[in-house]
Amino acid sequence: MYSYSEFDEAFVRTRVAQFTHQVERRIDGSLTEEEFRPLRLMNGLYLQLHAYMLRVAIPYGTLNPRQMRQLAHIAQTWDKGYGHFTTRQNIQFNWPKLSDVPKMLSALADVGMHAIQTSGNCVRNVTADHFAAAAADEIEDPRPYAELLRQWSTDHPEFQFLPRKFKIAITGAAQDRAVTAAHDIGLRIVKNDAGETGFQVLVGGGLGRTPMVAMTVRDFLPVEDLLPYVEAVLSVYNTLGRRDNKYKARIKITLHETGKEEITRMIEARFAELRPLFGGNDQALLADIRAAFAPPAFRNAPVEAYDAFYKADPVFRAWADTNLAKHRNDQYAIVTISLKAHGQTPGDATADQMRVMADLAERYGHNELRVSHEQNVILPHVHKSDLPAVHAALMQAGLGTANVGLISDIIACPGMDYCALATARAIPVAQEIATRFDALKLEHDVGPLKIKISGCINACGHHHVGHIGILGLDRAGVENYQITLGGDGTEDAVIGERAGPGFAYDEIVPAIERIVLAYLDLREGPEETFLQAYRRVGLPPFKAALYPGEGNRDAA
Amino acid sequence: MARFTPKVVTANALIEGDVIYLTADDRWTRLHHEAELIEDEAHAQLRLLHAMAQKSVAVGAYLADAKAGPNGPEPTHFREVFRTRGPSNYFLGKQAELV
Repeated sequence: MYSYSEFDEAFVRTRVAQFTHQVERRIDGSLTEEEFRPLRLMNGLYLQLHAYMLRVAIPYGTLNPRQMRQLAHIAQTWDKGYGHFTTRQNIQFNWPKLSDVPKMLSALADVGMHAIQTSGNCVRNVTADHFAAAAADEIEDPRPYAELLRQWSTDHPEFQFLPRKFKIAITGAAQDRAVTAAHDIGLRIVKNDAGETGFQVLVGGGLGRTPMVAMTVRDFLPVEDLLPYVEAVLSVYNTLGRRDNKYKARIKITLHETGKEEITRMIEARFAELRPLFGGNDQALLADIRAAFAPPAFRNAPVEAYDAFYKADPVFRAWADTNLAKHRNDQYAIVTISLKAHGQTPGDATADQMRVMADLAERYGHNELRVSHEQNVILPHVHKSDLPAVHAALMQAGLGTANVGLISDIIACPGMDYCALATARAIPVAQEIATRFDALKLEHDVGPLKIKISGCINACGHHHVGHIGILGLDRAGVENYQITLGGDGTEDAVIGERAGPGFAYDEIVPAIERIVLAYLDLREGPEETFLQAYRRVGLPPFKAALYPGEGNRDAA
Repeated sequence: MARFTPKVVTANALIEGDVIYLTADDRWTRLHHEAELIEDEAHAQLRLLHAMAQKSVAVGAYLADAKAGPNGPEPTHFREVFRTRGPSNYFLGKQAELV
């Protein structure tokens, strides 16, 4: 794993010292809130509904056990004993006091972490496939490139005042687990006909009020051209992007207003100017970074114990069937730890749970942890013979829920339980859906189904790419939930279709139940997933189930 | 002419970030029902200015709709109701601290 260089360390410490003084000056009255606000946002500190919130970056979702323990320590010492893992592979602390935040940042710096560029109109945390370097279907580990992008974009003087925030996601696998098509820049590692490695570059994806799937602006970019090309995209956006209207300021709008052809021409022209200026330093740096991501020393040991346990223990088997993914090494598995126990808050972990996960990573997981955009934690490298022990420890800590990829593995943003921008609650809707389907004992029959819930139009909960998406709105002073169907966040990304009029808070769980029961009725067999069935039959049968009694009336 | 909807002045406390309300006797309270219920538009603007001037105590002051209740002002919009108690997923925030 990458460790901070002296330069990184000095940079982060300097920033903590600066912010410490800024907080002091805010508290003693030398700074007004108007002066202080941009300074605190530069350091990931928001003021939410009930308290401040500190958003900490977890670069490309990778953590070591020491860092996870430090997050636990921070949660326990200066917060209320838990943290919330987000859809951007960050962690948020919901209850810090302003006067404690410098101490929290200092504790983060002790383990090479920070909250820089987790807010504001700059390049945000670069996210990556949470199965990176472990997945069987991967061409190359994307994280060295993500780290290169992190170093390049951190405090980059040209890109601190972009028209709007800018999000980059990267994957090295054929199966896109990083939702690259919904990012300002999506990078997919591919091979060309000559067998060389490069990137397919997507630009202009995004959810929010104007959801759009990204367009490919380069089918194949040689890996050594990554920084000059990304810089060219940023540079064109920085020039053309609209600063007059917040709602039209993202690059997706720039792309649509300028046209793909013209913007591609401008990017290529700028790229031609920038490319010679890099002079190979980036490649020397990349080589050093790559060395830091060398694969762990995998064990070679028998796996029979796992096979026997799998046959003998139904609880373990259910967990193994849903929560394990295929590792590139046959003796290993990728473990997804569900932070979605039925009835609990999606993405939340207590300090004790964080410590358990850190211990397991240390003992059985080659010291690696990942945070997924689906708000779970991953142990990417576990030898199969260790899985029964890992499962037993997870069960004891309330982390053994066997539901990854199922209906209760829901993404939900904090919504109006925490967020100042939210228009409705999201968390209790997720809790109630999970509890309801657990009571019905249906979720394993239903099979793979992604529900994603956002508490406002900004779509932090990715509802547009949920197989079932739920958007909470404020309709005339009452919470109201709109449903979209058929969304998909993978390599075949699709924005879901609006099903029709929204539902009240106490109607939304029954509405979801009607959709799922309709799917069970119409599917051709258990092999046909919800998404496949939806693609076959389209919206009408689900609409009929959602709005019974409306007969032939066309609500559209 | 539309009638003025009664208001309270609310903000977040500078250090804790907790929700606070302006009282008629110029204190800040954590309790909604202790807030001053403002029934006149001009007076509301004056009270808001007064709140906004207290930069070392209150952050982001604004006027929120409210109505008279048996124990004092009550919120009318669900967002303001949530602000009087805290999140619904844990017993934390005001609902825990004020019992």
